[in-house]
Amino acid sequence: MTWNSTAEFLAMGGYGGYVWGSFGVVAVLLGIESVLVARRRTAALRSLRQQALAERLEKEAV
Amino acid sequence: MKSRFINWFALANPSSFYPVAGRLIPWFWLLAVVFGVAGLWISFFVAPTDATQGEGYRIIFVHVPASWMSMVIYIVMACWAGLGLALNARLSGMMAQALAPTGALMAFLSLWTGALWGKPMWGAWWVWDARLTSELILLFLYLGFIALQAAIDDPRRADKAGAVLALVGVVNVPIIYFSVKWWNTLHQGASVSVTRAPSMAHTMLWGMLLMALAFWMYAIAVALMRVRAIMLEREAQSAWARELREVVA
Repeated sequence: MTWNSTAEFLAMGGYGGYVWGSFGVVAVLLGIESVLVARRRTAALRSLRQQALAERLEKEAV
Repeated sequence: MKSRFINWFALANPSSFYPVAGRLIPWFWLLAVVFGVAGLWISFFVAPTDATQGEGYRIIFVHVPASWMSMVIYIVMACWAGLGLALNARLSGMMAQALAPTGALMAFLSLWTGALWGKPMWGAWWVWDARLTSELILLFLYLGFIALQAAIDDPRRADKAGAVLALVGVVNVPIIYFSVKWWNTLHQGASVSVTRAPSMAHTMLWGMLLMALAFWMYAIAVALMRVRAIMLEREAQSAWARELREVVA
């Protein structure tokens, strides 16, 4: 498959909106999911660290 | 006793599964990117124009992998759920919970790309066709599973309730798969059939298989990442989680 120009590639033979609407939404949603998943673990680690810090401070105060 | 074999039962323990999953995740990401780049290259630059659908058929390269994954993930999720009910292992429930959002996303993407393909080819975004309707039910099963688990505070009880729902819902997967055979549907039959000129069908098939492999690797990577987060959340009080290098350092 050879495309003669970028415009032709983007037009997808008149189906541009449908093709890019499919590939685009797939890419965006997979990207969002991976960011959210990574953030979820970061948040869990942060709360574990805070918990550890709170316990250490409590012990030092006694 | 020293064994060269991996002790799978030891791996069922979150404390030993967590680091193993952490080492595997980058490899699955790498494979997802490699297969994805190769698949996209074939999708847009190798696979020729379709005789009847023009360039519009290229939606197949994301539609079919997303649809396959939505069914595969559901079956894997139901297997973990069943294993959890039978063995009462902590890991099973966590795995099922980690797979559900990715499965729901795949079901949504299958419907979304299907609508964008249906509009130019059939003239309708949506029809109440057996294939489409059963895929929509699959999305609702995922959402029901997620909602049910979120509604129950005790994670072990949530696992059990979710497992029953997942196992009952698994009957829907063969219905989706065979719907195009059992009913007279607007949706075309199985797409992995070689009816066109061999060279063309081959490049299309390769593109689809590579994209499907990329989706597989992505789903595994994301599910492992999510299961690690769930382990930390659920086992925040346990010694292994508190003594993790990421926490202590």
